[in-house]
Amino acid sequence: MGMASGQIKVGIRTIWDVPKEEYFGPGQLTCAGCGPSLAVRHILKAAGPDVIVVNATGCIEVTSTQYPYTAWGVPYIHVAFENAAAVASGIEAAIKALNRKGIANVKAKVIALAGDGGTYDIGMQALSGMLERGHGVLYVLYDNEAYMNTGIQRSGGTPRFAWTTTSPVGSRVRGKVQSKKDIMSIVIAHHIPYAATASIAYPIDLMNKVRRALEVLDEGPAFLHVFAPCPPGWRIDDSKTVEIARLAVETGVFPLFEWDHGRFRLNPPSNMHVDKSKRKPLINYLKPQGRFAHLKEEEIKAMETEVDSYWDYLTRLLKAFG
Amino acid sequence: MTQVVEKGRERSVVVGKVGLTTNYAVAHAVKDVDVDVVAAYPITPQTTIIERLAEYVANGELDAEFIPVESEHSALSAAVGASAAGARVFTATSAQGLELMHEILHIASGLRLPIVMAVPGRALSAPISIHGDYQDLMNVRDTGWIIYIASTAQEAYDTVIEAFRVAEDPRVLLPVIVSYDGFLMSHTTEPVEVYDVKAVREFTPRRHGARPLLNPERPVTMGALATPDWYYEIKYQAINALKASRSVIDEVDSEFNRRFGRSYGAVEGFMLDDADYILVTYGGAATWNALEAAKEARGRGLRAGVLRIRLFRPFPTNDLVKKLADAKAVAVVDRAIAPGSPVEGPVFKDVYIALREYGVDKPVISVIHGISQRTMYVRDFYELYYKLKDIASTGNVPRESLYMGLR
Amino acid sequence: MSELRSWTQIPIGGYITEPQNSVKNKTGSWRTQRPVIDQDACTRCRICWLYCPEPAILELNKPYVTKGGRKYNLTFEINYDYCKGCGICANECPVKAIKMVPEVV
Repeated sequence: MGMASGQIKVGIRTIWDVPKEEYFGPGQLTCAGCGPSLAVRHILKAAGPDVIVVNATGCIEVTSTQYPYTAWGVPYIHVAFENAAAVASGIEAAIKALNRKGIANVKAKVIALAGDGGTYDIGMQALSGMLERGHGVLYVLYDNEAYMNTGIQRSGGTPRFAWTTTSPVGSRVRGKVQSKKDIMSIVIAHHIPYAATASIAYPIDLMNKVRRALEVLDEGPAFLHVFAPCPPGWRIDDSKTVEIARLAVETGVFPLFEWDHGRFRLNPPSNMHVDKSKRKPLINYLKPQGRFAHLKEEEIKAMETEVDSYWDYLTRLLKAFG
Repeated sequence: MTQVVEKGRERSVVVGKVGLTTNYAVAHAVKDVDVDVVAAYPITPQTTIIERLAEYVANGELDAEFIPVESEHSALSAAVGASAAGARVFTATSAQGLELMHEILHIASGLRLPIVMAVPGRALSAPISIHGDYQDLMNVRDTGWIIYIASTAQEAYDTVIEAFRVAEDPRVLLPVIVSYDGFLMSHTTEPVEVYDVKAVREFTPRRHGARPLLNPERPVTMGALATPDWYYEIKYQAINALKASRSVIDEVDSEFNRRFGRSYGAVEGFMLDDADYILVTYGGAATWNALEAAKEARGRGLRAGVLRIRLFRPFPTNDLVKKLADAKAVAVVDRAIAPGSPVEGPVFKDVYIALREYGVDKPVISVIHGISQRTMYVRDFYELYYKLKDIASTGNVPRESLYMGLR
Repeated sequence: MSELRSWTQIPIGGYITEPQNSVKNKTGSWRTQRPVIDQDACTRCRICWLYCPEPAILELNKPYVTKGGRKYNLTFEINYDYCKGCGICANECPVKAIKMVPEVV
């Protein structure tokens, strides 16, 4: 749709452009200070009413649809844990066929919404299938970095060293052994029109990315990786959700970037962070979080090396595709 | 072979008699009812159905979205999504594919989505076997779907058409499986009368909007979380819908007869009027071989008959009991095994319970045969009739399943 | 609590046909501390409203004149029916115009 590899089309310039309409909640049973709940609120504000949401099993699903009450103001379906992308594929295909055959006239765009467990782990196959087949679906990963709904178990999206109930801190094993999976590279390898990272701490950036993603669906799939902290799972104060999300960006742990038609772009403030001195010290991000409370000096160092090496990778991407 | 009731049919509805495998007959029916979305994954012996459907779509003979998914789990998941959005949806699978779908089978019926699926039956791994039996189907009998088991290519063609009509009926709204013998039917060619597309589409009218759909015009939440306060009621509603679907199934079968001149009923009896010894079967090979055996036995003065179960879920208890009430002894031939059960024939258990429920007390034995397409000879069925005669006269009823054809 | 209806009285498939009827869940009862907005200190920047996950902050077209004589057309108020007391609003408020106050039974 027109925007080949140009600049992002800014729909929401200031906080006052954020739509007043609410399509999610209140009354959902998310924990106090829930990052994913805030993410969904922002995503739907940006998307507006003409969407159909497919939700994988997870925190948002169990807290937003406890019968007989729903927090959703848009059409919504939950089927199972591993198949949001497949269900979304079916809905997208149905809309195409029904509209083409004159049986219905449905204007809705399809948004699949899944957590890190439902994306990095159990939903990976269906996601790859949907991306490969090229369905015009926006897939949103809300990443709170563990299976929070079942009680904080590690996922492929949990960062290294993080404490979870299945990556406990003991005398021999100290939190998660493995590093966080690079989901964006996996998604980008499918050569879809648009993929981006976003954070609940940067809602205007997030909402513009939602709008951009919905714009490209006639060409194929779009993917949004939304960073959304979980106070009980990360052992942070309920009031710190947004602050921690912001620190993740400011320390370079979670860079904001876009992959738009084969061009790579870092978004503010991450566009300043190729220069390491512009990033805040990693410890600012780690210290307030109970899940990292056990970290020793050398473990913090190891984490820092990982962050640096990811930035090195992004810098090379920027040189090649910027 | 099937009961052809010519009464009332306008011959003009038949546009031709063509040689089709049962898989191709199914694909033909799917085209004739004008489905909107096909989501499927290849697996033997189902694959030729979706190959044919892909061709129809590629040729423009069928205006549908064909979703070549990356697994059977996604095949049914995509079908669920498409159906929830209002499309007429078809999928097909066998064996391991059906097992991989298992989780979503319960969800499709729980969400009351009128999906139609073909299942040419096949043995389950391990050891891996691509050959036919009904172990896959028997493993999904408790998933809340309506299940038909066809015995000819013609019947499969007709049943797929009936299935869409039944599934989408506002009084039903349940998914339907149409099963039949893997390979012995799926890959063998029979003459099939195909109908005028207009007549088929009149028989399966679009009811778009007659059920809640995913549409921003009227936002609905599907797949909600039910606490113990609500789960039981929501589940029971679907259970009751399956029971209640029987009257619609009969109504549709009668109307199909009026329109197309064929009717199958829930059970089909052969030479039952005066039969002393009855073999209860399902599917094609077991039924037709049993029928040959029955004819031979009758030639030697034994009053033999065959009762075929066509509608498997909801189970046609009453029809079956009526047909078996006057027999002296009955054998239920299962092409599937329920390991570790008191008696290991899965359909035997249904038949036995059905008879006991109605207070009919007579010798009933369980026979396992045709596993992974182990050849079921006519003489095997013939022997069974004489075994039943023995049992009836001695009263010596075996307490365990009889494994036929096993070395 | 909703009325516990029988299986004959509910929509099919466990569908919920009334959008956003979760407003009947008054999650404000979970709260152990409540945010209180100092309307005189508040600069109407909209940040608390933007970052509330519920949402439980109302943006009202209600004029307000501060003690210092500044006129606003907008007023932000907490919707205590839904506010779970997380304190994100107080934490994010750039002028510290929101205080978290313990709930007393």
